[in-house]
Amino acid sequence: MESLPSEQSAAVRRIVAQHRERPGPLLEVLHAIQASFGYIPGGAVPLVAEELNLSRAEVHGVVSFYHYFRHSRPGAHTVSLCQAESCQSMGAQALAAHAQKRLGIEFHQTTADGRFSLEPIYCLGNCACSPAAMIDGRLYGRLTPEAFDALIAAGTPAT
Amino acid sequence: MSTTVYVPGDAGALSVGAAEVAAAITAEAKRRGMPLNLVRNGSRGAYWLEPLVEVQTPRERCAYGPVHAADVPSLFAADFVKGGTHPLSLGLTDSIPWLKSQQRLTFERVGIIDPASVADYVKHGGYRGLERALQMPGAGIVQAVTSSGLRGRGGAAFPTGIKWKTVLDQGTTQKFVTCNADEGDSGTFSDRMLMEGDPLSLIEGMTIAGIAVGATQGYIYLRAEYPHAHAALKAAIAAAYQSRHLGADVAGSGKRFDLEVRLGAGAYICGEETSMLESLEGKRGEIRVRPPLPAIKGLFGQPTIVNNVVTLASVPWILAHGAEAYANFGMGKSRGTLPIQLAGNIRRAGLVERAFGLTLRELLYDIGGGTATGRPIRAVQVGGPLGAYVPPAHFDTAVDYEALAGVGAMLGHGGIVVFDDTVDMARMARYAMEFCAIESCGKCTPCRIGSTRGVEVIDRILAGIDGERNVQLLEELCETMVQGSLCGLGGMAPFPVQSALKHFREDFRARV
Repeated sequence: MESLPSEQSAAVRRIVAQHRERPGPLLEVLHAIQASFGYIPGGAVPLVAEELNLSRAEVHGVVSFYHYFRHSRPGAHTVSLCQAESCQSMGAQALAAHAQKRLGIEFHQTTADGRFSLEPIYCLGNCACSPAAMIDGRLYGRLTPEAFDALIAAGTPAT
Repeated sequence: MSTTVYVPGDAGALSVGAAEVAAAITAEAKRRGMPLNLVRNGSRGAYWLEPLVEVQTPRERCAYGPVHAADVPSLFAADFVKGGTHPLSLGLTDSIPWLKSQQRLTFERVGIIDPASVADYVKHGGYRGLERALQMPGAGIVQAVTSSGLRGRGGAAFPTGIKWKTVLDQGTTQKFVTCNADEGDSGTFSDRMLMEGDPLSLIEGMTIAGIAVGATQGYIYLRAEYPHAHAALKAAIAAAYQSRHLGADVAGSGKRFDLEVRLGAGAYICGEETSMLESLEGKRGEIRVRPPLPAIKGLFGQPTIVNNVVTLASVPWILAHGAEAYANFGMGKSRGTLPIQLAGNIRRAGLVERAFGLTLRELLYDIGGGTATGRPIRAVQVGGPLGAYVPPAHFDTAVDYEALAGVGAMLGHGGIVVFDDTVDMARMARYAMEFCAIESCGKCTPCRIGSTRGVEVIDRILAGIDGERNVQLLEELCETMVQGSLCGLGGMAPFPVQSALKHFREDFRARV
């Protein structure tokens, strides 16, 4: 398991200290770590366990249970394509195939240049504007392959 | 006097360009030196018209849509700020037939008010329910909710008042009110719309629940996929603390109610109430075996109300207008209204709040206008990924908990996903099993192993291996999952599969 550089360890300890007194703090702590690091570094697990008086297994168990928590650093932009039923009814699978071809990666992978990570997501609550996608926290609806290409070409989607 | 223009800040509207429209309107008004009051309201729910821009004229609000940023200069040229005519004119918003035909109780303010403004909320009837509740004993509030006939809108349809009474009757000092805002069903977005468009109604509903059963702490468990709702809730909670509708002295009553939002982390199972409680406690979202019920032993082992967003947000209306007024809507045992969500391949997609009793056919054709692709509807999935696929032969069924159960379907959270005749139902059945395999919490075997085996069996059918025997095996596997799973995920994931087998058997054949 990677061990964290000391300044990162200090950051993790600070995050835990901010949430320690709240009831059931572990998920809040993990959200704050991911918001700060972009993922949950393996080296953060024993630290969080120690600080919250939990076992490493308990912390690892929680990190690995939830799809949202990442185990590795994501690309500069995270592209999440909805693959649930409503979006499927409007061509989400064809859009996913197009996106994978365009980016040259499959779901759960990051492009070699580190710019894009591609993830499936199961419902963004935008089912009246299917197919939907989320890029860096920004929601898109009625997405077409052409519109997808334009967003990727722009590199950094407008906000 | 400056004109008020409304451009939705709703995530769905933003997803199709509302932010660009708002920016273009602000820029154009500035260029013309025209004072303008821009309000970012919620969505009216007519998503096929989004971005829907509204203008407050001296009498009523006029609507334009769908507006794109490029249309903005011509809107100004047509003097839209005075309700001027433009090719995108929709007339008075309240006269748009799609909206006019609805019966909006729970959603009465969504799309109308500024979601972060307590003053706007109160001006439109907000906090009247709490005012009433504060004059009643806890048991009286619970009785009102019971008499209204309100049932859980999350999908289980359990009578809300009975749940509240159980919590009220517990003699412990610490109780909790939790809101299940883990709206993970594909085809549903009513919770999201409400939290973004009128979050104070949810906050008021939870406050009333707390006052009723003697709980001083509330938690909203919100899915991480809803960042816009998260921001809207945080802003509204801060505003409610500011106006002293939350905190140590709720509306001057001397009673305490605190509220915070907790984020989920992308686990569909956490929409199951006991799994949600585990997750709120910071643990893996593995379901708990019931009994004990959460109402007796819930969050941190204390008596806990667990209700869906729409359920809680319906409570202020019930208290403000009376239980009888609410119960006067609906049919049979399904009282009140339901915010139905028309989704997927449908021309006029969006939120339709109506009294129970409307038929699927009316919803799909009269209101929804048929498919977006213009092809015939082949199937609709009602009630999310665990809901049955309903064939056109059953489209005259009423939207009512019992009527849908009568044709082997379930209403769930009120989402209806439409598919045209290009849909491959064996593939949809495979997806249902695959989704269950991805999202199973792993606690019980039928769900954890059964779903994976389900995918494999369907793959063998599609590959032409022993088709007949494997279809029979699939049917038996579904039955085992339904009977043997601990919760609704494994227990209902077979519903779409079984309904596909029953109504669309011809799709379960070998592929070349």
